[in-house]
Amino acid sequence: MKPNLKVKIGKMELQNPVMVASGTFGYAEEFKDFVDLKKLGVIVTKTITLKPRQGNPPPRTCETPAGMLNSIGLENPGMEKFIQEKLPFLKKTGVPIIVSIASESDTDEFITLARRLDAIKEVSAIELNISCPNIHEGRRARDEGRLVSQNPQATYEVVKAVRNVTRKTLITKLSPNVTDITEIALAAERAGTDAVALINTLMGMSINVKTRKPKIAMVTAGLSGPAIRPVAMRMVWEVYQKVKIPIIGMGGIMDTESALEFFLAGASAISVGTANFINPKTTIDIIAGLKKYLEKHKISGIKALVGSLII
Amino acid sequence: MFQVSAKIIYNNKIKKNYFEIALTAQQIAKSALPGQFVNIKVSDGSEPLLRRPLSIHRIGRKVARSQSHTSKEKEFIVMLYEVVGKGTEILSTRKAGEYLDVIGPLGNGFDYEGRPPQSAGGRPPEQCGGRRMKDDGRIVLVAGGMGTAPLVFLAERLRERGTKDERRRTKVLIGAKTKDSILCEKEFRDLGCEVRVATDDGSRGFKGYVSNLLKKELSTIDYRILTIYACGPIPMLKEISRISLEHTIPAQLSLESHMACGIGACMGCVIKTRDVERETKDVFEYKRVCKEGPVFEAGEIIW
Repeated sequence: MKPNLKVKIGKMELQNPVMVASGTFGYAEEFKDFVDLKKLGVIVTKTITLKPRQGNPPPRTCETPAGMLNSIGLENPGMEKFIQEKLPFLKKTGVPIIVSIASESDTDEFITLARRLDAIKEVSAIELNISCPNIHEGRRARDEGRLVSQNPQATYEVVKAVRNVTRKTLITKLSPNVTDITEIALAAERAGTDAVALINTLMGMSINVKTRKPKIAMVTAGLSGPAIRPVAMRMVWEVYQKVKIPIIGMGGIMDTESALEFFLAGASAISVGTANFINPKTTIDIIAGLKKYLEKHKISGIKALVGSLII
Repeated sequence: MFQVSAKIIYNNKIKKNYFEIALTAQQIAKSALPGQFVNIKVSDGSEPLLRRPLSIHRIGRKVARSQSHTSKEKEFIVMLYEVVGKGTEILSTRKAGEYLDVIGPLGNGFDYEGRPPQSAGGRPPEQCGGRRMKDDGRIVLVAGGMGTAPLVFLAERLRERGTKDERRRTKVLIGAKTKDSILCEKEFRDLGCEVRVATDDGSRGFKGYVSNLLKKELSTIDYRILTIYACGPIPMLKEISRISLEHTIPAQLSLESHMACGIGACMGCVIKTRDVERETKDVFEYKRVCKEGPVFEAGEIIW
């Protein structure tokens, strides 16, 4: 019996539940020499904003124990250039495309972006990046100007506004930098998101003791990689017990085993992020690995595994 | 770009903290150009998490005999590295016969055929110096510390393509902290280059930075410099850039940056550049060292 890897997220029927995390796979073309792209369950683009963004000053990344910090600051060519220059290649892959969008907490910009994407038939879904920790330049100094995804009401409002202008599958990406992530997930669900994706990076910091300078120009940055996996796992598990919509689980997935953990904790699909930087073939290895695991344990399909943690 | 599991042919300490590693990565060896680099996973698992980018030092060749007794030449890649942290420390303990996951060749290398580096946005060759190889000028390579590594590969290719006269025209300035850390002097001489050495402490050759040696050269020479190719620490490259612009000599600089992916996806390794077409000071653009670089034209970098 061939195990069934198919999953449904919103209106999307995916051939397998393996996705790539926004910002770690460029616009897919960067990976064409390493990955047979059409084998992926879905491709999620680097986040697009309405206008082009140059991003933050370097240094933007540094390595940490079992992880890395980044503060790229959503460098991207802007929506129109993305549609002209990046989307044609993505379309050719034949894989469902999820476009990740963000704005500096301006709901109107989210609406404009969503309307524009709603008109493009090759875009299968929209991911709302309301959880990037690196875009509010002045955020350190003041306490307001928190991320949208750090406030249930703000989350509800943005998701609702976008929900009103698009019938495409809507995914909301959540931040782990909160007291109770389930409150935010529930707010997104109430506002009509089709799925929640978690987690975005954890806020972190690293200092060079020789120069006494922060290793990242913006001082604070987002931590990713295997170091954050247990935190991500716990949050997926917590959210799974509260929401009815599918969860896309991510955070330090490096191989089949770590992917399986997320399914057991309640994820319907998983995203590979930082691992793409280290082994660009990670997604393909995991797709093969999941099949093998299901065969070995005589499980008919991946859906049977979701949330099947035994306590 | 290839991702291969490469066998370590040798991994030898050559002096002090410097090692030379050879890997059987034939596809990479066949397509690599001087100035390009490879990204190596030095260990399995998460410590360290990221790959380590190393520039290609040269392409080796060995005759491999097959079972049917036909001999075939096989290329391999050689990298020179200094043990500076956890990653290179682990790499230095890896033994011949073991395998390493390697991605390459990566980035845009030096232009030595009259074609401007891609990063310059395709300026005509007369502005870049390369095509004028055949006149009486010279090419100068400036190597600071570990920056020597990719320039040996470049010197090899310059030698392969040139006539006898042209080969003699490559001049190499090597900078090192002390006489014990001078790298590749013999390699350059064996390639027919004229070599001058600078040491910070004056223990050999010119006393001072190699950029000052270049300045001294410029004040005494009776020949024209066609292009400067330089690789080394950022302060050195900054100075070379200033000198080259002052003397209107085209210079190609190979930069280093902290990289997460090495393949242009993460946008982590950017440097600030000016738009060469617009030449406006306040307009800048971030370029990826791993993709548009690591070789940039001196004039385009905003230091």
